[in-house]
Amino acid sequence: MSESILLLALLAAATARGAAPLVLAALGGLFAERSGIVDIGLEGKMLASAFAAAATAAVTGSAWAGLAAGIAAAVLVGLVHGFACITHHGNQVVSGMALNITISGLTVVLGYAWFHEGGQTPLLGPGARFAPIELPGVSALGAVPGLGLVYREVLSGHNLLVYIAAVAVPAVAWIVYRTRFGLRLRAVGESPGAVDTAGISVSAVRYGALAVSGVLCGLSGAYLSIAHNASFIRDMSAGKGYLALAALIFGQWRPVPTLGACLLFAFADVVQARLQGTPLPLVGVVPVQLIQAIPYVLTVLLLAGFVGRAVAPRAIGVPYLKER
Amino acid sequence: MPGAVWGRARHGWVVPALLPAINLALALLLSAVVVLLIGESPTRALRLLTSGAFGNGEAIGYTLYYATNFIFTGLAVAVAFHGGLFNIGAEGQAYIGGLPVALLCLGAGGWPTGLVIAAAVVAAAAGGAAWAFVPAWLQAKRGSHVVITTIMFNFIASAVMTHLLVNVLIKPGQQSPETREFAPSTWMPQLHDLARAIGWEIGRSPVNLSLILALAAGGLVWLYLWHTRWGYELRALGHNETAAIYGGIQPARTVIVAMTVSGALAGLMSLNEVMGVQHRLLLNFPGGAGYVGIAVALMGRNHPVGIVIAAVLFGALYQGGSELSFDMPKLTRDMVVVIQGLIILVCGALEHALRAPLDALFRQPARASAGS
Repeated sequence: MSESILLLALLAAATARGAAPLVLAALGGLFAERSGIVDIGLEGKMLASAFAAAATAAVTGSAWAGLAAGIAAAVLVGLVHGFACITHHGNQVVSGMALNITISGLTVVLGYAWFHEGGQTPLLGPGARFAPIELPGVSALGAVPGLGLVYREVLSGHNLLVYIAAVAVPAVAWIVYRTRFGLRLRAVGESPGAVDTAGISVSAVRYGALAVSGVLCGLSGAYLSIAHNASFIRDMSAGKGYLALAALIFGQWRPVPTLGACLLFAFADVVQARLQGTPLPLVGVVPVQLIQAIPYVLTVLLLAGFVGRAVAPRAIGVPYLKER
Repeated sequence: MPGAVWGRARHGWVVPALLPAINLALALLLSAVVVLLIGESPTRALRLLTSGAFGNGEAIGYTLYYATNFIFTGLAVAVAFHGGLFNIGAEGQAYIGGLPVALLCLGAGGWPTGLVIAAAVVAAAAGGAAWAFVPAWLQAKRGSHVVITTIMFNFIASAVMTHLLVNVLIKPGQQSPETREFAPSTWMPQLHDLARAIGWEIGRSPVNLSLILALAAGGLVWLYLWHTRWGYELRALGHNETAAIYGGIQPARTVIVAMTVSGALAGLMSLNEVMGVQHRLLLNFPGGAGYVGIAVALMGRNHPVGIVIAAVLFGALYQGGSELSFDMPKLTRDMVVVIQGLIILVCGALEHALRAPLDALFRQPARASAGS
């Protein structure tokens, strides 16, 4: 009995760790998409940040310097996206794909040239990473049956960026629904013409949204290379940016449901890792590859309106052209 | 003012011809910055790349082998683009297209080669078309955006194929997830063998009959887009959906037909890889060709002739890039991916940034003469 409870607690902790990068990236995408900019570039921004963070942390030996570099890299990529899509009214999907492809090559080329380790960055020492944090009073409270176990195994012992991801959800909800920037953000995504009429620059709000998206993707990428792992590995985002985009759509472009989608997708991943070759009652051994496909299938079903309905921001993907 | 008349006359073709050249130059310039950044000489890199891609018959053969993949995927992306649809799923459609081809080749050991090829063309097209049909149907009937669904379908294709190769189709007693080799009678004939049959010696390379099929597909796409009613309806829909509907065009049917054709073209890519070169089905055989197709379609301005030229250019980048990495080990083949991404950025996303000034440049003299 106690063993299965412990197993559940470990599954929950693993789900939280797996969901953290998805949550950060999806919330970043929320800002961009709510402002009317399609953000397929989440993947590229994560990867750029993961590389910049690991490379900087390896050179300086400081996790904080790495994090700053990761955020700067992701913001820069977001601004290039803005330059193409906002300033030059380019196709947002094309621009996002272009950036994803460029970065997937560029990180390896630069990594190979700078560190001579086949595209990887050097392994980071303890000071250059965000280590797991033990919450206060774990040793005292951990002995309490029930809640103590949850506190010790599920809530405590994650790295800083997991806690930032947890705090980011209510923070983003507050910004989007309760602040002036949030109101403008949502308005620009629904009806940019009206916002323009009110004397607010559509471009400025959209650039701002892309910058915030960059910061959050920067945190997400840094999580991959200098917190969860200890170096950059080629293509280490491995589709997580697209998965975050799927979670954002599954969460219908709202912060809390998006968190739910991220947890669901992360849980599916944890379960498939656990289930390798274990037979299940009734169905037998389920191939892990098919469990991996679940998030994508769910997103397609949702988009098709078979489970709920996904209503995108109205002006998404449409460049705003002021009449001349 | 003779210059003015000249300017007006040139405007018709000069921008479509000049723009890709300027785009390419800009993308190469940005790549040169990257090459400088890692401490190599861009001019030497370009020279090595060119000789690696076109230096001898064998090199040209490899360039054309890569180009074959890119012609198919470029055509696939372009057909969808004409209807205002962005098919990011060419990668997954090509991957799934390889499945029926492999099953056919595994089972058709005793068949005459001509029959196998004909059946494989149908199989590859059907596999790719089926994988594109679902997102197309969902877009047309349920309003789910084709961009997102095709991305999701790439991941689903990857999961399904990994499952099939690891658990079902794997050659027994073998570690790497791939099928057994096909019987040689089901291989796509190599061009150097065909050339020798008519007494013409060309270097050995993997370029095969699929190249001819790709060029034929380009011709058929040209006919479809500009000389059939379906193609007209597709282009009308891509230009102005409201006007197209007013003109009696059914958007749902047009979208489904176009995406299915697009998927079929992507699926045909598997002929070159699975049947022409690898002679077995292996993990992730499209290797990113579906994404290269986006760059090829954008650069070729969605016209079959432009696509063939752009595909050869990308074939040269892939072939020259692998040669380059022998001489300049710091420049891995990933540099080609960087160039590819930059070309998509410059030709696609920043299209208007360059087009407007160029249009203005060639329009101005004409306007001046009209005023005088």
